[in-house]
Amino acid sequence: MSVGTIAAVPSRLAGPRQLGIGGLVLGVVAWVITLPPFEVRSAAPSIVLAVAAVGAGAVATGGGERKLGISSVLVGLLSVAGAVASLKSSHATLGAVFVWSALVAAALRYATPLLFGALGGVICERSGVINIGLEGMMLMGCLFGIYGADVLHSWALGLLVAMIAGGLLALVHAVFSIHLRANQIVSGTGINFLALGITGYWFTQHYGPNGTPVNVSMVPNVKLPLIKHVGFFGGAIGSANLLTWIGLLLVPGLTFVLFRTTWGLRLRSVGEKPRAADTVGVSVYRIRYIAVIVSGMLAALGGAYLSVGFVGSFSNDMTEGRGFIALAAMIFGKWKPWGALWATLLFGFANALADRLSQPNPTLGTLFEALPYVLTLIAVAGVIGRSRSPASDGIPYVRE
Amino acid sequence: MSAWDDELTSPGEDGGEAALRSPARLTAFRHGLGGFLVPVLTTVLAFLAGGIVVLLTGHNPLSTYQAVFNGTGLNWLFPWVGGGERANAAFELQQTLLIAAPLLLCGLAVGFAFRAGLFNIGGQGQYTVGAIVAVWIGSAFSGMPAVLHIALAIVAAGAAGAVWAGIAGLLKATTGANEVISTIMLNWVAIWVGVYLFQLGGPLQDPAQKSVPVSKTVVASAKLPVFWGNPTLQGLDVGVFIALALAVVFWAVMNRTRLGYEVRTVGFNPDAARYAGMNVGRSYVKVMLMCGMFAGVAASLDILGWKFNLFTNDIQTSQIGFYGIAVALLGRNTAGGTVAAALLFGALITGTSSRNLNPNVFDPTLAQYLTYMIEGVIVLLVSTDLITLRLLKGGRRVSVVWRGRKPEEPAALEGGS
Repeated sequence: MSVGTIAAVPSRLAGPRQLGIGGLVLGVVAWVITLPPFEVRSAAPSIVLAVAAVGAGAVATGGGERKLGISSVLVGLLSVAGAVASLKSSHATLGAVFVWSALVAAALRYATPLLFGALGGVICERSGVINIGLEGMMLMGCLFGIYGADVLHSWALGLLVAMIAGGLLALVHAVFSIHLRANQIVSGTGINFLALGITGYWFTQHYGPNGTPVNVSMVPNVKLPLIKHVGFFGGAIGSANLLTWIGLLLVPGLTFVLFRTTWGLRLRSVGEKPRAADTVGVSVYRIRYIAVIVSGMLAALGGAYLSVGFVGSFSNDMTEGRGFIALAAMIFGKWKPWGALWATLLFGFANALADRLSQPNPTLGTLFEALPYVLTLIAVAGVIGRSRSPASDGIPYVRE
Repeated sequence: MSAWDDELTSPGEDGGEAALRSPARLTAFRHGLGGFLVPVLTTVLAFLAGGIVVLLTGHNPLSTYQAVFNGTGLNWLFPWVGGGERANAAFELQQTLLIAAPLLLCGLAVGFAFRAGLFNIGGQGQYTVGAIVAVWIGSAFSGMPAVLHIALAIVAAGAAGAVWAGIAGLLKATTGANEVISTIMLNWVAIWVGVYLFQLGGPLQDPAQKSVPVSKTVVASAKLPVFWGNPTLQGLDVGVFIALALAVVFWAVMNRTRLGYEVRTVGFNPDAARYAGMNVGRSYVKVMLMCGMFAGVAASLDILGWKFNLFTNDIQTSQIGFYGIAVALLGRNTAGGTVAAALLFGALITGTSSRNLNPNVFDPTLAQYLTYMIEGVIVLLVSTDLITLRLLKGGRRVSVVWRGRKPEEPAALEGGS
């Protein structure tokens, strides 16, 4: 049977897009059934499912859904590798690594800074300014959050200081990108270097070789009284950090603001057709400035979570590329807050998995540290459908 | 009418003088001057900003900068410096050039992509991959004749870097994946692969040093010969000539070959290039391959010239790929400019290193971050030539000719093609 004949099946149930998505699902299932709590110890079901995934992907590619089809094939192949790895590991190892509640909790912890960054990115890019400097703004929030919490003896004030620091750096980016009409990717890169220098300089100047003090006021975890004792949910979300909850609540909040309020409409119009918005009387420059500064504050909150909410100290270049993963999450989420949430949860899960996998096998664990970045690569290759950035993203607006 | 316009329109009293001051000549003069003066002015402004930071944190900027300058070895060029001080300066100059050579290549790696309108932030990952391959080949095959061994290591490192960059290029060509994100992700993948390979218990860790996360050491037949200075004390090796030769190759390819013409056309206007029949996707791949080659060779020069092995800590803390971005931008993506910018940054890095900088004048760690800040200001100023040009022209509205991507070009982050 040729691919063409299969693709010619007319029903909606077997359209290329449905086949592609179905293939992806089959591929994921092929691996998941070898994990606890299912733990199918035979290779046969996984191989069958994986072959089905690859086949569906091939047909989808032939039918026109190239990206979906290719990613379905990739996932199918990767699942075979994953299933083989699971089958080779002992029951005890699998049980130790795949504690789902701990995995989800860890995923949330890893996802929080990414989420703040991605939400900041969404606002900024929706107004038409590319913000490559999210990494730098996150780093500023990381250092100044803990500096503020240390000097002012309060995590809340520390977060405020972080937001101010991030906002100031964002102001620099805004001035260069909006008024001076810079190439926004280049200016964003400059912002990142600047942040690296400023944070390192400030850290060395004030804390020197001893590092930040040990018992700085940290952002508290929210202990949910009832859920805490309910098995999976207790472990997963029973004591998530306050900032995590703020981030999660920001998602529907931002969605409402962006898509259901006048201000959100103005923001989006400035990002799509600034000339038209200007004609109607919307201040393009002012909205872009606000959007960039807000994105800086949000990214700084994400960075502050790292130092004041999770680790409790600061080290140089602590953000380690998270700002860029946040950008990828924003693209993956098609510039929508909910999409950004799912994307950051996925990347957070990859990070959490890499962490847990490093316990039974530390050497291999280092290799798995690359997993979130590989996942981002696949995501940025445009796995799910077409994503269109705001029409005037990156184009400086010239008032006439 | 301003003074500029008077010169253009008023008839000269001497006919010859007026011809000299024709609009075409003046424009060309201004353009050429702008091409040289703007980076210089940018650098001066950046150092000024750095000086302000130094002042604000309670140090003396003048003595700081002087201490940094003394550490660069550039005073060796002054004929009135002699004796012991000259010998010191010679050593420092060797170090400066040792750093400037791979910086130059990393700058070329970024600059070549910029001319095509691509933003290659993946220099660090391409460098890392090149370093891994260089140290692997350099520490094996100990019987080989030196020239062959060195050539093999350099070519292999260049090829490895090319492949690594080619991944990003291929992704951009086939799926439209934004190269900024993909190259940054490839950076981190390369770093973690490198750490995995050379960590304790890793597959390529040196079996002779079981408690140190380092690679095997490069054998004598693969070491680049030193031509100035003491080989045992990290003298200057011939790698600097290889780097300069590749800069000439960059210039030749960009300005004298069909590939270079394609690259520049695609950089100015991809749609026009497509209309002219050029395969833009394939051009992107070719460009990224070249860029990765430059960065990979940079790594081989470091490994075979003075490093001779690779620690996991080196892999994680190296920033040379990122310095390359600033070097390329300051050098305005041209071969000559990149050479000058690489020299400047090489001098800055050497002058602020902990070996050279007197801690009583200025803490070397602080100086390192000061360098980052200066680098950041330089990149910010380059992103908009408007400031520096405006200063040059005394405040008039100016337009900018961008080599590569113009500010008006949509530099949008696209997830789809």
